[in-house]
This record gives sequence, C-alpha cells and structure tokens, in this order.
Amino acid sequence: MKQHLVLRVVAKMLIPPILLFALYVQFHGDFGPGGGFQAGVIFAAAFILYALVFGLETARRVVPDRLVHTAMAVGLLIFAGVGFAGLLLGGNYLNYSVLAENQKAGQHLGITLIEFGVGTTVVAVMITIFFAFAGRSARMSDEDW
Amino acid sequence: MIDIVLLTFLALTALAIVRLRHLFAVVMLTGVYSLLSAGLFVLLDAVDVAFIEAAVGAGISTVLMLGTLALTSRREKVPGRIPVLPLIVVLITGAALLYGTLDMPRFGDAGAPIHRHVAPRYIHDSGTEIGVPNIVTSVLASYRGFDTLGELTVIFTAGIGILLLLGGTGGRRRKDEEMEEEG
Repeated sequence: MKQHLVLRVVAKMLIPPILLFALYVQFHGDFGPGGGFQAGVIFAAAFILYALVFGLETARRVVPDRLVHTAMAVGLLIFAGVGFAGLLLGGNYLNYSVLAENQKAGQHLGITLIEFGVGTTVVAVMITIFFAFAGRSARMSDEDW
Repeated sequence: MIDIVLLTFLALTALAIVRLRHLFAVVMLTGVYSLLSAGLFVLLDAVDVAFIEAAVGAGISTVLMLGTLALTSRREKVPGRIPVLPLIVVLITGAALLYGTLDMPRFGDAGAPIHRHVAPRYIHDSGTEIGVPNIVTSVLASYRGFDTLGELTVIFTAGIGILLLLGGTGGRRRKDEEMEEEG
C-alpha cells in the first residue's frame, strides 16, 4: 500500500489517539463503560490498522511474535495469579477484599489488576489472530478487488 | 422512533446480504450490520456490549473476513435451485421463536424474573461491598470473577488454536522459500 499517501498520513495521525483511547477505556472501566475486553480490542485495532497500512512485516517488527505470544499467556496468568494471591492471604479464590488493608481498597486493586490481565490477553489474541490470517494471504493487487 | 429506523435498516442490510453475490460488498454490509446492532445496544443502555460489537463486529471481524476473501474467491456460487426445505425449516423456527416471545415479560418490566433474582443485591450492596461506581464492572470483575476468568480462558484457547492451525504454516512457508533460494 505504498502509493496511498493519504491513507498513510491519516493512519499515522489516528493511531496515537486510538491507543490513548484504549488506555482510557482500560483504566476508566471502574467509572464508566469499558474495561479490559473493550480496551484490548481497541488497542489491537490500532496495531491492525498499522499492519494494514504499513505492511505485515513492519508491524511484526513493531510487535514481535514472541512478545505477542508471551503477552497472551501473561494476561491470563495475572488474572489467575490474583485469584491465588487472595487464596494465600486467607480469602477465597478471586476474593479481592483481602488484597489490601480494607475491603474497598482490596476490591479496587483486584479489579484493576484483573482488568489489566484481561486487556493484555485480549490485545495479544486479537493481534495473533490477525497476523495468522494476514500471514497466509496470497498477494493481491488493488485492481483485483 | 430511532429504534424502528435502526431495526428497519438492520432488516434491509440483512436482506441485501442474502441477495448479493459479490462477497466484498457482503463483508462490508456485515460491518454495517454490526454497527447498526451497536447502535441498538446503546439504545438498550448496554453500552459495554455496544463497545465490543462496534470494535469486534464492525472492525476486526470485517478485516479478518477481507483477509479470508483474499485467500478464497470474491464471488459466491449461485445455487442451482431454490432451496425450499431450508426455507420451510427457517420459517417454522422463526414462528416458534416469535410464539416463545409472547410469554416473555414486557421490555423494561421491573417485575421480570431476571430483575428480581440477584440484580437487587448488586444494585443495593455493590456500592458498599465493591465501591466501584460502574455496577457492570463490579459484577463482571468481582461478583462473577470466575465467569470472567473462564471467558478469558476461552479467548486464550482461541488464540492458541489459531496459532496451532494457522500460525505454524507462515514459518514453514518462509523456510521453504529460503530453501528454494539456497537450492
């Protein structure tokens, strides 16, 4: 897509606000609509847009496969780990109340952590799926569409 | 009023998807369909769901479908004859579903069973128990943490499955190309 100057310029301008908005959705999920799932998808959409405009190989250099695959597992481990932390601190599995000195602080900490885990895994899985599909694509010229 | 407009457009989009044979247009229309559904979810006050529908349905899945089109064909094969039996099955199922809705409580009815079970507890106590202003988040992340952990595991498994099915071939193809260049 080297010849589409307008697309490249617009995409460059759009990607930072998309990433910022995803972070807002991630960390504002306690107060408004949003959370890890939504934020993860929006964050991944920014990378997919980048890959669409600048090519898959460039995107793979920005987010190497190894990093994405690790993030996929790390997110789930964070979620499950928070559950075990509650268990070790004397509560039930996934009971966040025991994570801090009082119940509300514990719940808030737990929810923030697991939402972060959710977001990490969702970003990684979405990027993985896109890379896997796009990596198989037969080269197609614009006229074929 | 606006919900009727949205539903009309939704039905028109669905009809167009069924009628069209040009798959590129069909994929674009499924994106439109998702966006319209997202609008309907906003009207139903399900903003979190609308978020996902707009991002996944209209955004990412459209891109994935386009990727699939690039690998396959851009024209749908025209069926030889009009499929009568499937049409009858669909009509009967649709009629049964419509009949089923007759027993359902009216939309927004506060006395509906779903609003009398655990919902009052969430609304009354989540402020003191969880202390997070967005009740959806406290239900999703804390009261139903197990469900969410399960959901995340499903997504993780989907990612692993895609990697096993599709991810490996990219590397092998690249290796093949390298071997061809060498040999």
